[in-house]
Order: sequence, then C-alpha cells, then structure tokens
Amino acid sequence: MTAPQEPGSNPRRAFIAAAGAGVAGLGFTAIAPGLHLMAVGQADAAEVRKAGSAASPAVRWGLLIDAGKCAPGCTKCIDACHTENGVSEKLPDPRQNSQWIRKIELVDRRDGRKTELPMMCQHCANPPCVDVCPTGASMKRADGIVLVDRHTCIGCRYCMMACPYKARSLVHVPLTEQNPEVPRGQGCVESCTLCVHRVDRGQTPACVESCPEGAMLFGDLNDPSSAIAKRIASVPTTQVRSDLRLNQGVRYQGL
Amino acid sequence: MKLLRILATLLFAAIAVSPAPTFAGEGGRTAKPVIEIANPGKCVAPVDEMRRNHMEMLKHQRDRTMRQGIRGEPASLNACIECHASKKTGSVLGSNENFCQSCHSYAAVKLDCWDCHQPKAGFKATGVKP
Repeated sequence: MTAPQEPGSNPRRAFIAAAGAGVAGLGFTAIAPGLHLMAVGQADAAEVRKAGSAASPAVRWGLLIDAGKCAPGCTKCIDACHTENGVSEKLPDPRQNSQWIRKIELVDRRDGRKTELPMMCQHCANPPCVDVCPTGASMKRADGIVLVDRHTCIGCRYCMMACPYKARSLVHVPLTEQNPEVPRGQGCVESCTLCVHRVDRGQTPACVESCPEGAMLFGDLNDPSSAIAKRIASVPTTQVRSDLRLNQGVRYQGL
Repeated sequence: MKLLRILATLLFAAIAVSPAPTFAGEGGRTAKPVIEIANPGKCVAPVDEMRRNHMEMLKHQRDRTMRQGIRGEPASLNACIECHASKKTGSVLGSNENFCQSCHSYAAVKLDCWDCHQPKAGFKATGVKP
C-alpha cells in the first residue's frame, strides 16, 4: 500500500518536469526553482514520449465511455477509426469485414430502456487473447495496450475465440490501401490498437477525438491526477463482464 | 580472301561497339538490377552495409517499435520509402525498376514487408463507412 500522494508530489511528473525544463513544447514553465507552471491542454492528452524511449509500465492507458451520452444511430467514432486505420475493404460477405470498433445496443427487457455504446478491444490487464496465442503474436505492451504483432501472427484465430468481446477480426483479402502508420494485411488478426501510433505522438485515439458528444475520455489510469482517474474515482463505472476479472482498460459509465 | 578478312573485321568491330543494355554497371559482364531512386545519397548507413544488413536492421527495429513502443529509429520502413520510392510511381514496388522489387526479383528473394506495409510514399488512407 502506498500513501496517497499530493498531485504535485507524483515522482513521475516531477521527473518529467525536471527533464523537460527548458524544452519547448512540453508545457512546463519554471516560475521559480522547484515551482513549475503546468499547462493543462486538451482533456488529458497523452504526454509525448521522447523518441527512442520505450513505453513505460508506470502508465496504463485507458478509456472511459459515457454510454449515457452516446447518441443513438451516431457512427462518428466508427468512421473516424476506420479512416485513421485505413480499414477500407468491403467484402461480398459483410461478416468478413474487419471491425475495429462497433456500436451495440442494450435493451433492458423489463422497461425497454435502450442504451447504445461503442464496443472494441477492452485492453485487459489479463488478456485471454495473449494467454491463448500459440506464437506470442498477441501481446500486451508495457503501458497496457493490447496489440497483435503481425510479424509473428499466423492467423490461427485462437484469440478471436478467446476474446469475450468479439473484438478481433481476421483480414481475409490482400490489402493495398493501408495507412503508412497502420500496417495491416491478409492472414493476420487485428483489433483496436487504441490508436497506438497517435498515443505515441501524444495525441488521443481517433474515436475520442471524433465523438461529438464528448462521451469518450482517454488517459492514464495509473495517474491519480489525470481526468480519467479522477472521474473513475468519483462516478460509478463498469467493466463489461467484470465477472471474468480481466481488469479492462476500457470502462463504461451509465450502463 | 582479302575481302572476307575485311568483312570479318567489320563484323567483329560491330559486335564490340554495340551497346548491351542488359549488362549495365562497371563490370559489364554481369547483369545488374536497374534502380530508380527519387532522393539518392541520404541513407542511414553506407551502401555496402545497407545491401548486406538492411533486413537485420529492419527486423530489430520492428521488434523494438512493435513490442517496446520505441519510435523514431533511423531504420524505419516508412523512412526508407520517403527516399527510395520511385519518382514516376511514388512506390518501391510495381516494376523491376522500383527500388525494393528490382533487387529482390534480381536476387530471387521473397519480399513480404509490403503485404502489410504501405509501399507508396505519402499515401493517405481513406477508410469506409460501416
């Protein structure tokens, strides 16, 4: 157990402040020795990692989705995701199309209340897809993002079977329209990457940026001063199928 | 007899000076791949080293980037095609003059990077509505 820390005494923040003093673009301004003015940018944008440094296990990226704000029939997050990640194939059998994120509708049978929510890879802390992968292609990065290493994926689809959220798809056809930053190809399984290429640049995922209702909040679950951690600490949130004890990085509010 | 000798000499001379486009390069005796590069001369390592080790460099870089999340390394496939994509087609694939394909078809080595990676420089993905 660690004692609760004051926001200013977070050792990681202090380290970054020390390292970033004098470096433009980090959003720190030294007022006096030991006193830093921290710029608060767009809602909890990711910190830019220095080129050449690895993803830190001190960070755990997460997403909080407010299902109460998710507008019925809106597919802006799906459009933005598929544009960002170059998911463009339309196959004769639509069941074979890749689905990185989808909208699902929940109906409460007792009173007919309908709730819509986006569902995608939940970025579990204990991911079943990683457990079952025979080649080690399905992996969890140090900062909690669950990815498929396509260099070693053999397309066996065990992970698709293991995932309780149906989050993964197999690419069935040869592709040519990939985004240069998001390689993807035939015979490999793929899923939401939490826009890892954007997160590594200090941006938020495309779905978060595109949501007109502001229903999605991205940030570091491990940092008690982040907006997402504060919200999770103050309002009731749900992990879908929490009975499986996978400890998902994607949380829902208002379910 | 004398006429025959002159004719033979002329024929020999004609063969000697005729251009041999398939035998390009300094040696002149071995066929070399023809390569067209948009921005030559700015590579991350000398040509000899790149020819011998580019696959190892890319393999180690891909594992560091993919598994550890290390970005901005010099041996990056996207950085390769920024310079090496053809001026005509904007790609490193497509014809035997284009950078990757020319050598790999010459050496008969399978090239599967581009099954997943985008071979065109500056390509913008569009996506599709669900």
